[in-house]
Amino acid sequence: MTKAIYALYDDDEVMVDGAKAILAKNVRIKDVYSPFPIHGLENVLGIKWTRLAINAFLYGLTALCLALFGMSFFMIQDWPMNIGGKPNFDLYQNLPAFIPITFEFTVLCAAHGMAITYLIRNWTLPGVKARNPHPRTTDDHFAIEINWEENSGVSSDDIKSILQDTKPVEIFEK
Amino acid sequence: MQKESAIREPLILGDKTYHQITEDVCAPVEGKANKYWYIVFTIAVVVALWGVGCILYTIGRGIGTWGLNTTVAWAWDITNFVWWVGIGHAGTLISAVLLLFRQKWRMAINRSAEAMTIFAVMMAALFPGIHMGRIWMAYWVFPLPNQFGSLWVNFNSPLLWDVFAISTYFSVSLVFWYIGLIPDFATIRDRAVKPVSKMAYSILSFGWTGNAKAWIRFEEVSLVLAGLATPLVFSVHSIVSMDFATSVIPGWHTTIFPPYFVAGAIFSGFAMVQTLLLIARKVLNLESYITIKHCEYMNIVIVITGSMVGVAYLSELFISWYSGVEYEGYAFMNRATGPFWWAYWSMMSCNVIIPQLFWFKKIRRSLIASFVLSIFVNIGMWFERFVIIVTSLHRDYIPSNWGMFHPTFVDIGIFVGTIGIFFVLFLLYSRFFPVLALNELKSILKSSGDNYKKLHHND
Repeated sequence: MTKAIYALYDDDEVMVDGAKAILAKNVRIKDVYSPFPIHGLENVLGIKWTRLAINAFLYGLTALCLALFGMSFFMIQDWPMNIGGKPNFDLYQNLPAFIPITFEFTVLCAAHGMAITYLIRNWTLPGVKARNPHPRTTDDHFAIEINWEENSGVSSDDIKSILQDTKPVEIFEK
Repeated sequence: MQKESAIREPLILGDKTYHQITEDVCAPVEGKANKYWYIVFTIAVVVALWGVGCILYTIGRGIGTWGLNTTVAWAWDITNFVWWVGIGHAGTLISAVLLLFRQKWRMAINRSAEAMTIFAVMMAALFPGIHMGRIWMAYWVFPLPNQFGSLWVNFNSPLLWDVFAISTYFSVSLVFWYIGLIPDFATIRDRAVKPVSKMAYSILSFGWTGNAKAWIRFEEVSLVLAGLATPLVFSVHSIVSMDFATSVIPGWHTTIFPPYFVAGAIFSGFAMVQTLLLIARKVLNLESYITIKHCEYMNIVIVITGSMVGVAYLSELFISWYSGVEYEGYAFMNRATGPFWWAYWSMMSCNVIIPQLFWFKKIRRSLIASFVLSIFVNIGMWFERFVIIVTSLHRDYIPSNWGMFHPTFVDIGIFVGTIGIFFVLFLLYSRFFPVLALNELKSILKSSGDNYKKLHHND
């Protein structure tokens, strides 16, 4: 017994219409594979929007505090330096000179933290095997994946005929 | 689906389908390079090797091999540094700022512009590194614990800000570029027939699958990284300008420097993108994607930023007179009429006068004119940095301290060498990487493609 059945389409609009028709028949869609992002698809499939941006904000906030703490420790606590007689004995007076590095460090950590979270969350890392069902889903084809287990209430023949009605170019099991 | 006004020029010409886009972009990667590629690559390698030789000579003998002296202690190295960093600005501007403004024309040029950014910043970072003399101690610029010495690095110094700015800019640009590349590497992976390239692109594509959730995350990461990179673009060159502006040298000590440097950076960056892409579109047969309209858009940016730079030059001149500071006044008189007058007037004509030709639509849309003018801008912007740095230093306060700067063959060799290294990297990139953002282009095909626009127009 195969794990899932796939319908392959050669146009994104046909695929989106197909997905709507499939969902209307109470068949659950496991996933959709496409060569580019399709806007509005998340509403059709009912996928929640990602929380990656919140992550980035938290990484940035951490970096901001760390940079300010670090610089006030290095420059004010640990080894205060008198540079051209400029005020340097508390953070408040030194703050303008600390802004550039605080900013850069915030961006550095927010961007890299978010990128690393993104790669791990997607499980796209060097050496990971690709899991797309058909090689052309990264070229010009779009695939809808339907898991047998998730749809135990509908017979496999019914699913096949529902898929057939959505005008796919190919239906295959894997 | 989003529809676009019929009078807006299409961004993808010809009768393209999703598959045709893949074919066109993958062709240079999958096919064999032609003889022109090999000729240019060989020249670039030879020039690069000459540069590497000069760099090794500098490291071996010390920076006494350069034309520096006690009066002009900064010259070609920092000129080249600022020039390369400036060139690096267009990539992130195109991919980040234009993404936030939802400019679709960026999609044909962002990949190459970002590659250019990364290679240019690498070239830039080389110069402060070798100017240290003892490059093996370069890691001392980072705030390391005290066993390396009893002092921390000086966080109040613009030179240290620059270390943070350049390293952040480089690494964030690299990540931004690579995250966009992952899905396109996956396309090449799934088409690859040779086992070696299949394996190489499998590793490079990180096992990208392209499921719905992954694309949502992809879009969110692109947007947030663009949002983070946008202030970064402006901060990096502002900080570079503060290397000069926070000093007390006449000609450097001005508050106009940050915006003026940023405008100049965008100006020179777009000129370099124009130079590279006008060649690339021809050699790689990408005329349908990098259209005349794209070149026109870039020329508009060039003429606007060039005029901003022009206004900055004139403001500097005005303020040097209006301030009543005699040293400032002399610094600018000396730039225009002193021993380096030829550098000043090369800068003025290449950066301010010649780009004004782009106000004419015919010139803006002519590929040959665009190419020639972009070269002028590249040259002019190098002279701008040379003028700012050398003419301000060579005659400052006490006439007995005055001097001249003459580059040695090592100075020239390293500069020309970095151009060689840059082209070696860029040519390798154009052979092994997808030079257009495949997934982004496909997402605008139906709204901005020539064939689809005609179809909708007839509806």
